[in-house]
Amino acid sequence: MATPDKHSATDGAHAREPSFYTSKRGLMSWIITLDHKRLGMMYLAGTMFFFLIGGVAALTLRTELLTPELDLVTSATTYNKLFTVHGAVMVFLVIIPSVPAALGNFLLPLMLGAKDVAFPKLNLLSFWIYTLGACFFIYTLFAGSLDTGWTFYTPYSSNGGAQGTAVISATFGAFILGFSSILTGLNFLVTVHKMRAPGLTWNRLPLFVWAIYATAVIQILATPVLAITLMLLIIERTLNIGIFDPAMGGDPVLFQHFFWFYSHPAVYIMILPGFGIISELVAVHSRKHIFGYKAIALSSVAIAIISFLVWGHHMFVSGQSELAGVVFSFLTFAVAVPTAIKVFSWVATLYKGSIAFNTPMLYALAFLFTFTIGGLTGVFLGALSVDIHLHDTYFVVAHFHYVMMGGTIIAFIGGLHHWWPKMTGRMFNEAHGRWGCLIVFIGFNMTFFNQFIVGQQGMPRRYATYVPQFQLQHVLSTIGSYILGLGLFWTLFYLLRSLKTGAQATDNPYGGASLEWMTQSPPIEHNFHGQPRVDTDPYNFPQIDRSGGMDHH
Amino acid sequence: MSSAHGQSPKPPHAFFQHHYNTVEQQAGAAKLGMRAFLATEILMFSGLFLAYFIIRMFYPEMVLGSHELLSKTMGGINTVVLLTSSFTMAMAVRSAQVGNTKGIVINLYLTIACACIFMVVKYFEYTGKFENGIFPGKYFDYARASEYARAHGHELVGLPHIFFGIYFCMTGLHGVHVLVGIGVLIWILVRAKKGHFGPQYFTPVENVGLYWHIVDLVWIFLFPLLYLVK
Repeated sequence: MATPDKHSATDGAHAREPSFYTSKRGLMSWIITLDHKRLGMMYLAGTMFFFLIGGVAALTLRTELLTPELDLVTSATTYNKLFTVHGAVMVFLVIIPSVPAALGNFLLPLMLGAKDVAFPKLNLLSFWIYTLGACFFIYTLFAGSLDTGWTFYTPYSSNGGAQGTAVISATFGAFILGFSSILTGLNFLVTVHKMRAPGLTWNRLPLFVWAIYATAVIQILATPVLAITLMLLIIERTLNIGIFDPAMGGDPVLFQHFFWFYSHPAVYIMILPGFGIISELVAVHSRKHIFGYKAIALSSVAIAIISFLVWGHHMFVSGQSELAGVVFSFLTFAVAVPTAIKVFSWVATLYKGSIAFNTPMLYALAFLFTFTIGGLTGVFLGALSVDIHLHDTYFVVAHFHYVMMGGTIIAFIGGLHHWWPKMTGRMFNEAHGRWGCLIVFIGFNMTFFNQFIVGQQGMPRRYATYVPQFQLQHVLSTIGSYILGLGLFWTLFYLLRSLKTGAQATDNPYGGASLEWMTQSPPIEHNFHGQPRVDTDPYNFPQIDRSGGMDHH
Repeated sequence: MSSAHGQSPKPPHAFFQHHYNTVEQQAGAAKLGMRAFLATEILMFSGLFLAYFIIRMFYPEMVLGSHELLSKTMGGINTVVLLTSSFTMAMAVRSAQVGNTKGIVINLYLTIACACIFMVVKYFEYTGKFENGIFPGKYFDYARASEYARAHGHELVGLPHIFFGIYFCMTGLHGVHVLVGIGVLIWILVRAKKGHFGPQYFTPVENVGLYWHIVDLVWIFLFPLLYLVK
């Protein structure tokens, strides 16, 4: 076990103290809190709220697609606005902050044995910057005319084709959210470098920390480019300086290069923390040392590096040079290598493990299934000739939903269950959780799997109407999305209910060996009673196989 | 790394924050944080530099013709002023390290004065442009601008509004950084006057210094690229 040194003498035997929820009271104690755990919970509430908004938009547009004609929404423009709201909200307000800002904030200092992140005031600032950026997005919802898609492609977004002030307010909102993301990443990077407990060397960090670290590097290096890109877009729209708008002598494809130079790495900002969660879930709930610790840790860093070199695969049909296409295609395939290393290591960890089929583990297994489909179809799309056929079809929609929803969100929900007892001090109902996972899994696959097929058959993205021959598949998708929605609402319901009626959680209900389990549930304000010390790695579970499968050959 | 967590040889100073274990940990975190922040600054400007190079690649003659309208004298003065301010800033950090509070204050005053001179020169430069119809983007007055160019013996070619668009973006963003710099310089000046800094604790001075050097460095690249095109 990690940290036996002082924790048994301090935390274990210590009289229970009030948790961080009750140590201070009143609204102001939350608004100006410097406590990373409170900020994490506030981010959690924020992302969940926007998950609901983005989800309702998705269900509305799925309902519209029940029939080939326009009926629920009155015009194609309304449909465009709906998918823009869904995409922009889900990307900028939900997925990017979900794991790093909500779970990461709560867990990172605990896992490092620190009292807080390196810069608590900066952490508070980045939460309020997030809130400010979110306000711009909410304004955009009411201004109601953003129909560019979440990618804001020029010249449509720059020359007034998209009406009103919504493009500016949404872009400015994303610009502000970018600063929140940069500051959080910067804070976490410094925290991992400087705030580790004595004995917690780089090779003893939980893999969740490695994933958050790699994410922080991307946040710091990619997001500033988004900031300047969006700034240039706003300037182009207001002053027509002629950098992106062809009518003024600019180059619209330049915007795509700028945008994807951030937004492709951003895909890994979204998925890497999910990988980190899965590493924890798989190891803890199969009671077995993680297989290939260093390979998993360093593959996160490798993905972070390669992520900066593949943006052009979003632009295979944009008219970029053929040579560039070939190079980007090759580099895209290279991403599959570190990713596969992770998947194989997780499967090898499960092998001969003592697997507990509880809710967090079921989500981890669901992740292995859905993410692998998402990842492999990404290789299809990275192949030049195949992409020409599949570009801008539902195949792409299905692919990135398998990665973003089937990857990040599934991992996030799994992680939420895994750390729920630690975060809230309550156990959720295990049977309810398993049912929830099953419904989500069925609903998700039913929604998106046949979109691979309908996309391959030629159904284009972003259309409000379609030819009648695709109706059966669209109906299936829509029913699937209702099941998925039901599963998610059910999950929300029993999790909230557990706050009132759930059993009191013990400090370490799942027998984890990393530092966050060594303190009270929910933790005390200063996290630990003494300074924790670490003498082994976080996957040394007692009384079980510690070999990581290495002694079989 | 873990040695930093051991018993600190230095006693905690008045600004020690208690979520850190040692004074060195606090100073190290602050410096690493500042360096990471400066990396984001460089990347943010790099987007504009890239845009500049692409415009120059698309329209080399237009860039060459348009840049003649920028005042090399004013740009040159500003370069000297900023380089001087970087020197005085470095002297302020040095004074903090050796505990010379008077030295910090004097050098910070000099740095702030240079920053203000830079902004005043910039103000005259911008108004000079605006008076002759040289505005960014669609507000660019082609007739007045080419008249002004001819009066100075130059000829505008192609789409000069693009060059001036990127010129105002780059120097404008840099100017905003100078203004922020003046703000943080005043903040540490006030603290220095209160005697907050000495050999035990001078991280804020050092970090503001790093920021100021980056602002200076960006200008060192902006000046030749915009004013001295060949």
